[in-house]
Amino acid sequence: MAETVFAPWDDPNEKPLIRFRNVTKRFGDFIAIDDLTLDIFEREFFALLGPSGCGKTTMMRMLAGFENLTDGSIELAGQDIAGVPANKRAVNMMFQSYALFPHLSVWDNIAFGLRRESNDKAAIAARVEEMLKLTRLEKFARRKPHQISGGQRQRVALARSLAKAPKLLLLDEPLGALDAKLREATQFELMDIQEKTGTTFVIVTHDQEEAMTVASRVAVMDEGRVMQVATPERIYEAPNSVYVADFIGDVNILRGQAKPIENETYEVNWAAQQTPVVAASTRPFSDGQACHLAIRPEKVAIHRDKPEADNAVQGKVLDIAYLGNLSTYHVELPTGDIIKAQVANTRRISRRDFTWEDPVWVSWTKTAGVLLAK
Amino acid sequence: MGRPGLGELDQDRRGAFGEMRRAVLIAVPYAWLFALFLIPFAVVFKISLSDIALAIPPYTPTAKDGIWNMLSQLDFENFIFLTEDDLYWKAYVSSLQIALISMLLTLLVGYPMAYAMARAPEQWRPTLLMLVILPFWTSFLIRVYAWVGILSGEGFLNQFLLWIGIIDAPLTILNTNTAVYIGIVYTYLPFMILPIYSALDRLDGSLIEAAEDLGCSRIKAFWLVTIPLSRNGIIAGCFLVFIPALGEFVIPSLLGGSGTLMIGKVLFEEFFSNRDWPVASAVAVILLLILIIPIVLFQRNEQKQVEAEG
Repeated sequence: MAETVFAPWDDPNEKPLIRFRNVTKRFGDFIAIDDLTLDIFEREFFALLGPSGCGKTTMMRMLAGFENLTDGSIELAGQDIAGVPANKRAVNMMFQSYALFPHLSVWDNIAFGLRRESNDKAAIAARVEEMLKLTRLEKFARRKPHQISGGQRQRVALARSLAKAPKLLLLDEPLGALDAKLREATQFELMDIQEKTGTTFVIVTHDQEEAMTVASRVAVMDEGRVMQVATPERIYEAPNSVYVADFIGDVNILRGQAKPIENETYEVNWAAQQTPVVAASTRPFSDGQACHLAIRPEKVAIHRDKPEADNAVQGKVLDIAYLGNLSTYHVELPTGDIIKAQVANTRRISRRDFTWEDPVWVSWTKTAGVLLAK
Repeated sequence: MGRPGLGELDQDRRGAFGEMRRAVLIAVPYAWLFALFLIPFAVVFKISLSDIALAIPPYTPTAKDGIWNMLSQLDFENFIFLTEDDLYWKAYVSSLQIALISMLLTLLVGYPMAYAMARAPEQWRPTLLMLVILPFWTSFLIRVYAWVGILSGEGFLNQFLLWIGIIDAPLTILNTNTAVYIGIVYTYLPFMILPIYSALDRLDGSLIEAAEDLGCSRIKAFWLVTIPLSRNGIIAGCFLVFIPALGEFVIPSLLGGSGTLMIGKVLFEEFFSNRDWPVASAVAVILLLILIIPIVLFQRNEQKQVEAEG
């Protein structure tokens, strides 16, 4: 049973829906977007992820037509959209503040865009009803935005921006105003709706968990540049830089010099009095090249006695973060470095093996970490 | 659990005290209203029911005749008189017309100004707001007199227009209804601008972007979003101009001509030229009744706004 995996970005024959080509945007002296090239494909759920001020919102506003490019071009379905004003683009946006019209009912809010392009009352009504059903808002159609809850408002904003069946839907921090529980439920709802409508979604978020959950691909941005574009798994498991590794999830970084020992395997000299650690890497390093070994805490094991492993380092427990399902042990090495090891709490807390100040060993395999140049 | 703590006792006492304080606080505005509005109105209303007399005060009966005697002599004669002479209802209609037209003109001038202020860079707004309020620092009377100097035959406006060659002979503006409109629009402009500005200032810019995103042109977005969302400001501004303009006296008497018929002027003439206090009072009572309708509507609008925001 070979279900085809959705991965148009790996198919060289696939034409991207959106093409950023050497896009630069300057606000006075400030460079918001720096020579950015990026392809987004049809039916993708694409996440722009980064800290505030990294340029992700500017990119979205350029797609919507609210900002002009300083340099470069953006193509939508093969057509350069530089001269097309916002109201003529087959792109709709869901605003962070939702931007619902307070003087109009939920129904009229959803119908707003439809009325701009058609006078066919019956067709508009049918489409609005369809949207209300899709977002489960039938009961609230006659209410004004201030008479419904935050979660319902979020769904009205989504219904309104989807009503015109845009080629591309932009979502600016769509779940930012919701509380944690509701946010989680809404993430799945968003994915569901995206799948049902087949619309290409581009979401802007600073919440890495949200990006990882909903997106088919994630672009991690920093200071106007895209650091890495990949599927959530690859972003997490194979980051291409310390910045990406550090931005997504928790990570241990060991700095040192690489020394090739055999094919695609390197020794990393990370501290003078310590045995070098071994790491596999397809990325080539020359002898003595500075490198960073990034290891996720859940890939580090913790033991009382020296284990049989590719890499094992002794230290003592400095701190324990108890998260309920997991515990993170902060182990201080003799060099002063701290290695975090994450362990699933499969036993009750009273049966915990290690406690503060315990001497322990941490270990990981040679393929557990990622060797990075920068 | 021992005896009630000091805190609890304190709270009890504060409760009773708070009740009383609230009652006093509420009573204060009512007391003012009673002393400054209801009593004077009762006096005016009583005079409107009296007859003209050559005496001091110039009407009869007065309280000197004894309360019961006085009350028994009151009648609605003056109100009937107002319906018999068509000067009065013509003055009311003309005032309504002038107030309505000047209200619309003020809106036409004020809205773009308020819009420009709300769209101006943040750091300029306090200054612009100041400039709108600035004329209040000079006496209203002096400012209206200044318009006499501007609008008269040899005034600045005519001289300027003659100089640049648009006209050959001076325009007659002063002592016409046009001058009255100019005067009212000028005087009441801040009352139109401020509420509209405050409504536009609160308007979320992303709403306009959302409208454009959904296919509106700039102009369409303005009609469909900006105007409806500043509706409350427009209504408040219109009432704030219309209500005082209706009873306006100074502007029509200084800038208007013999053809300008406004109820404020009629009222003044009845009081000071004819010394017919009872008829003048009757005119005033009717004016108040006419004004009550828009005032009630205005308050309903304010209340609705509060509810919508709450």
